[in-house]
Amino acid sequence: MSEKKTLTFCLMDAPFENARTTTALRLIDSAVRRGHNVNVFAYEGAVGVPFSKQSAHANSVHGFEKEEWNHPLPKDWVTELMKHAEKSGAKVDWINCGLCVDERGMNEAVPGVRRGSPGDFVSWANASDNTLVIPTK
Amino acid sequence: MATTLNIIESAYRATIEEQDDTVVWITHAMKGAGADLTVLLRGNAVNYAVSGQQAPQVSFGEWQQTHAAEIDKDIVALMTKGVAVYVSGEDLVKRGISLTGLIAGVKTTDREGVLDLIENHDRVWHW
Repeated sequence: MSEKKTLTFCLMDAPFENARTTTALRLIDSAVRRGHNVNVFAYEGAVGVPFSKQSAHANSVHGFEKEEWNHPLPKDWVTELMKHAEKSGAKVDWINCGLCVDERGMNEAVPGVRRGSPGDFVSWANASDNTLVIPTK
Repeated sequence: MATTLNIIESAYRATIEEQDDTVVWITHAMKGAGADLTVLLRGNAVNYAVSGQQAPQVSFGEWQQTHAAEIDKDIVALMTKGVAVYVSGEDLVKRGISLTGLIAGVKTTDREGVLDLIENHDRVWHW
């Protein structure tokens, strides 16, 4: 592996809206698989990505029960990214913008997600090898 | 301290609910946290540099909004805090926005100028 890097991402999109969320998480997955540390600052709708009350559903159109359908839940992807990072000697540190959480009532997040402020993003950016903002449109 | 060029292009997204442009808002917050920032308004966000904006206050039933967004004033406040604000002249022209209607202190720039801004900052965040 090349030298371990620290990458900081700022995400803004809510889950289940567009491919930017999936793409961002795939980029993070790719970094983690290479053993790099990743910081994620979730701003605005992105605080919903690790929201722990996301719930899978069945798909009657396709005739699948809930268990069979295995509907993707971004909160589980975040948990998996964190677990996988641990195994590969890296770390995924995730901060949800606290004000964004409050206005959406999304206080419940999967373990490992912390509450913070834009100041945390600034600190991370200053201490990182690179930063990528993936804004909403 | 690393310098950051904050390019704001997405405009008037959720500004009624938020009573702010959330990217202008986070720019204020990051400046307050010590970030060294420059702002470039481009695309539809060039309209943020037009002075005298007055978003109507929305109401639903008996509920009446009292703090509608005042984005031009938020841009002025950013400059007061020491953030240089540039606006894409080409995007102003495309939208028929006159330079005389811009808030004082905003600097217009052309495509070459944008390249210089990118080159002269350590980081570029494109919102």
